[in-house]
Amino acid sequence: MNVPAAWYLVLAAVLFGVGAYGLLTRRSALIMFMCLELMLNAVNLTFVTFSRTLSDIAGQVTVFFVMVVAAAEVTVGLGIVVAIFRRRSTTSVDELSEMKG
Amino acid sequence: MIATAYSLGAVAVFVTSAILIIVGALGVIVVKNPVHAAMSLIMTLFGVAVAFVAQSADFLAAVQIIVYAGAIVVLFLFVIMFLGVDRREGVRVEPLVGQRPLAATGVGIVVIGLVALMARSHWVTGAMSVSTKGAPLATGSGNVSQLGTAVFTTYLYAFEATAALLVIAVVGAIVLARREHSLDEESA
Repeated sequence: MNVPAAWYLVLAAVLFGVGAYGLLTRRSALIMFMCLELMLNAVNLTFVTFSRTLSDIAGQVTVFFVMVVAAAEVTVGLGIVVAIFRRRSTTSVDELSEMKG
Repeated sequence: MIATAYSLGAVAVFVTSAILIIVGALGVIVVKNPVHAAMSLIMTLFGVAVAFVAQSADFLAAVQIIVYAGAIVVLFLFVIMFLGVDRREGVRVEPLVGQRPLAATGVGIVVIGLVALMARSHWVTGAMSVSTKGAPLATGSGNVSQLGTAVFTTYLYAFEATAALLVIAVVGAIVLARREHSLDEESA
C-alpha cells in the first residue's frame, strides 16, 4: 500500500515554502527564477498527489500544461535577463530601480 | 500515523524523494555560485520525478527529467556561463534590514496554514471531481494512454493553445536576445 497522500502534500508545502523564501531573499534574478521553478514543482507535486487520491487524470493533465507554461516562462525570462545584462552588466534586482516612484 | 502500516518499499521511496527534494531545494537558496544552485535544482527535479513515479504518473516523470532537468536547467547553465555571473553574489550581505526574518515569518505562516488546512478540513480530499467521466486512474504505466486520451479530447483546445504559446515564447526570446545594432554593423 502506498503512503498516504498527506505525506506528499506536506512535502510539497515544505518545498513551496523553501522556494518562496529563496524568492523573497535572494538578489540574483537567475536564482530567483530557480526558486520560481521550485515553487512550480511543489504545485505540480500537489496536483499529481490529488490526481492519485481522487483517481482523476485531470490533475496530471494540469501538470502537463504547467510544465509547458513553465518552459515558455523560463525562455522569455532568461531572454529578458540577458537583455538587461547587456545594458546594465548586472543581474541583481536591487540595482534595477529606474522605475521606482 | 504508523509507518509500518504501509509497505516498506513505498515508505523508502517517499523518504528518498523527500531527501532529494528538500536537500536540493535548500541547496538552491543557500549556495553562492549559480552553477551549484542549478545542480541543486537538478537534484530537486529528480526527487520530484521519483515522487511522480511513486504516484503512478510515469509520463510526467519522464517529461520532468527530459524537459526540466534536460532542457530548462541546461538553459539556465547556458545563460549563467554566457553572462559570466558565477561567483559574484554574496549571500551574507543583507541590503534590507529585517528582510530575512520577515520572509521566514511569512513563509512559515503560509506553510503552517497549508498543513493545518490539510489536517483539519476534508473538502480538499473529498469527492471525485466532475471531470472524471471515464474509467478510474490506472496504476503504473497504464495511465499514459488515459493521459493522452484526455489531452487530445477534453483538453484539445488548451493543448493547441500551448503550441501557440511555445511559438510566441521562442520568437520573443529571439527578439529579446538579438543584438539591436547588428544591422548597422552589417551595413557598415
